[in-house]
Amino acid sequence: MIRLEGLTKHYGSFTAVDGIDLEAPKGELFGLLGPNGAGKTSTLRMIAGILRPDEGRVTIDGFDVVEDPYRAKARLGYIPDRPFVYEKLTGAELLRFAAGLYGQEGEEIEDRIRELLELWDLTRWANELVESYSHGMRQKLIISSALIHRPRALVIDEPMVGLDPKAARLLKDLLRTYADSGGCALISTHTLEFAEVLCDRLAVIDGGRIVAYGTMDELRGEAESRDSGLEEIFLKLTGGESQRELTKVLAG
Amino acid sequence: MTMDARSFTAPDPVPTRKAIALLLRPKLLSALGRGDKGRTIGKRIPTLLLTGGAAFAFLFLVGTRLLRTLREVPEVGPLLASKLLGLTLLLFLGILLLSNLIAALSSFFLAKDLPMVHEAPVDWLGLYGARLLETLGSSSWMVLLMVLPVLAAYQVVYGGDIGFYGLAVLTLFPYLLIPAAIGSAITLILVRVFPARRTRDILAFVSVIAGALLVVGLRVLRPERLVNPEGFRNLVDFLEVLRGPSSPWLPSEWMAQTLVGYLDGAFDPFWLWMLWVTAVGFVALGAGLHWALYPRGFTRAQEGGESGQRGDRVWNVYSAMLRPLGLERREMVLKDTRVFFRDATQWSQLLVLGVLLFVYVYNIRVLPVHSSETMSRFLVSMVVFLNLALAGFILAAVAARFVFPAYSLEGRTLWLLRSSPLPPDIFVWSKYWSGAVPLLVLAVALTVMTNRILGVVPGIMTLSVVSIIALTLALVAQALAWGVAMPRFETGNAAQIPTSVGGMLFMLSALVTLVLVLISQFWALRGYVRSGLPWRETRDPTGTELAIALGATLLITALAGVIPYQVARRKVISGTI
Repeated sequence: MIRLEGLTKHYGSFTAVDGIDLEAPKGELFGLLGPNGAGKTSTLRMIAGILRPDEGRVTIDGFDVVEDPYRAKARLGYIPDRPFVYEKLTGAELLRFAAGLYGQEGEEIEDRIRELLELWDLTRWANELVESYSHGMRQKLIISSALIHRPRALVIDEPMVGLDPKAARLLKDLLRTYADSGGCALISTHTLEFAEVLCDRLAVIDGGRIVAYGTMDELRGEAESRDSGLEEIFLKLTGGESQRELTKVLAG
Repeated sequence: MTMDARSFTAPDPVPTRKAIALLLRPKLLSALGRGDKGRTIGKRIPTLLLTGGAAFAFLFLVGTRLLRTLREVPEVGPLLASKLLGLTLLLFLGILLLSNLIAALSSFFLAKDLPMVHEAPVDWLGLYGARLLETLGSSSWMVLLMVLPVLAAYQVVYGGDIGFYGLAVLTLFPYLLIPAAIGSAITLILVRVFPARRTRDILAFVSVIAGALLVVGLRVLRPERLVNPEGFRNLVDFLEVLRGPSSPWLPSEWMAQTLVGYLDGAFDPFWLWMLWVTAVGFVALGAGLHWALYPRGFTRAQEGGESGQRGDRVWNVYSAMLRPLGLERREMVLKDTRVFFRDATQWSQLLVLGVLLFVYVYNIRVLPVHSSETMSRFLVSMVVFLNLALAGFILAAVAARFVFPAYSLEGRTLWLLRSSPLPPDIFVWSKYWSGAVPLLVLAVALTVMTNRILGVVPGIMTLSVVSIIALTLALVAQALAWGVAMPRFETGNAAQIPTSVGGMLFMLSALVTLVLVLISQFWALRGYVRSGLPWRETRDPTGTELAIALGATLLITALAGVIPYQVARRKVISGTI
């Protein structure tokens, strides 16, 4: 469903994403892990059509994001890491606007808006300006706006930030159901417990390249640590053992 | 070694002067490094030098030309030159006060780094000093760019020595500091005592008050008296008015007196002393107010927004009216209109605009063009050109304020548009027409109204209306293009976005377009204009004259509109996929 081929992005002389190949098929939740500055967000923004790749290509359901952006983007829902939306629109107006961008309107969309607001406990806030929403509420609203047009694939950057435990659980259930019904989600996250429990396959990115790729068992094999959890594997693959030196830093 | 909280020792407080430098440093660094990723001040120097140099040269040349002409007029000339400096500085003082009010709101209450600064053990006076200087810098740089060539022109024409520049610096600093201190203090008082809870609503009222003050100031000053000596009982009265200071209680007059006095060889240190004492006094007063009111004011400014949105029926009607545009265009325009009318920093500017337009139309109405029968025809035709120039300038300023920031204001929400299948063409289209339609209404209304007051012939009326429509369409395209080419995503305050280099470049390109249109029309209609002179036989403009004027206008505005529109389109397409 989501396919990346030799995807590359430079910022000046810095290479943020360096020839990434990856495929997330239908019915799969695919996790993208990596330390800060590894190139995860740039990769996701290129998939969503926000950034133009310098080399390589992205296809969504067979449609190239650069060559055929209309059809590729119409099949995709994107949830960014920071919930910046129009502060002066109400929640319901924002969802209506988002639906309009995907060419959808009418009674069906009004029902969909009601359904999504109810799902996330936002009905009471439907006619309030977004400026009065908390961080978590904005995150819920953005998730709703990505789902408004019933996309075939989702690209999610840090889904758990700001969500309360109930909403986090709801998101996990929702994503699982979504994948089971044939959807595909590419999820970048630092919440390793979330990735370990939810994702069918994972890729670890470091320095703009994929350093490990596969199921949890395959990653354990690559990290040569049979019974380890994802945190141990992650630290081993990304050279993060140095974090154990933390106390020295804190002690100055 | 382990982490041990018991080893903590409280650091010594940072001295005030050091705190000011420390707080200003990140602002300076980000101002120098502002721009696209990886672009530094070094790469922007050629653009800055070119535009700054061009603006400087233009103002300097106009200034020297005007001053040389005035110097030739016996008796009255030097007095008028002095008066002109006072009036110019007074105008700038008004602009400074208004922009300081807006800038102070940003730097003292809305800046994103404020929570971090408040959390740190920073001395209150250090914070006040740093934010005052930041307010001064961000609101004064453009005025400074305009004042310097004017002063240079005075020095050159009146043969001042190098000491003049030293004196100029000595007068400029308090001249800029006074409105910064007053603006910051007024903003602080408004935020602290105003019943409206939302900071941005306060700004709306600030703008209206400032607009009203500007109008009152203009009317009280009655500058038209100076060009109408017949209004005085005799020449002695007229000279008396010219000799006396226009506004003896204002720093602009003190600065003018200091500098003109120096050039005349009659330097009086009293005015310089007044400037500095007043500046120090206002800064001390501002610091006192800051100490007493700021902590509560800052807390008050953070208090949340209002709840519940009303007026659904109005929006439904508006949405139905937009139905012919199609879904995506309709949603874009609807969204932009909602955001505009719910943001007090945006809609409040309309009130100020309304006041200024009222003054403009009023002034056209009181123009003495019909006072002398023989001159009236010539004057009317000249005023028609002046009217087009002024209306064009007003439109350029309005486009700078409302259309130029349109793309920057999308800023951090652009992800929603870029990740959606919305074609970039529709995005550019909706931004363009959201700005063009209200501006067209304004432009046509203004032109028809003023031309009717002037009683112009139908041919000229048609030419004026078509010209202003074409000019508006071109200026909106230019504002959009410069806004897309040089966006300021990091600034949340729409009023500050046009004060960028991009905003200045837009104003320059708009003025060039306007001047080209005026020159071509004046050239095409020169025969008709001359026919209004007393010793000529009066006649209406011929069809050929009007056709040439119209053709030239349409050609210039088409080029000046289509090219920028395409640039904006390409830029948006290349930015998205």
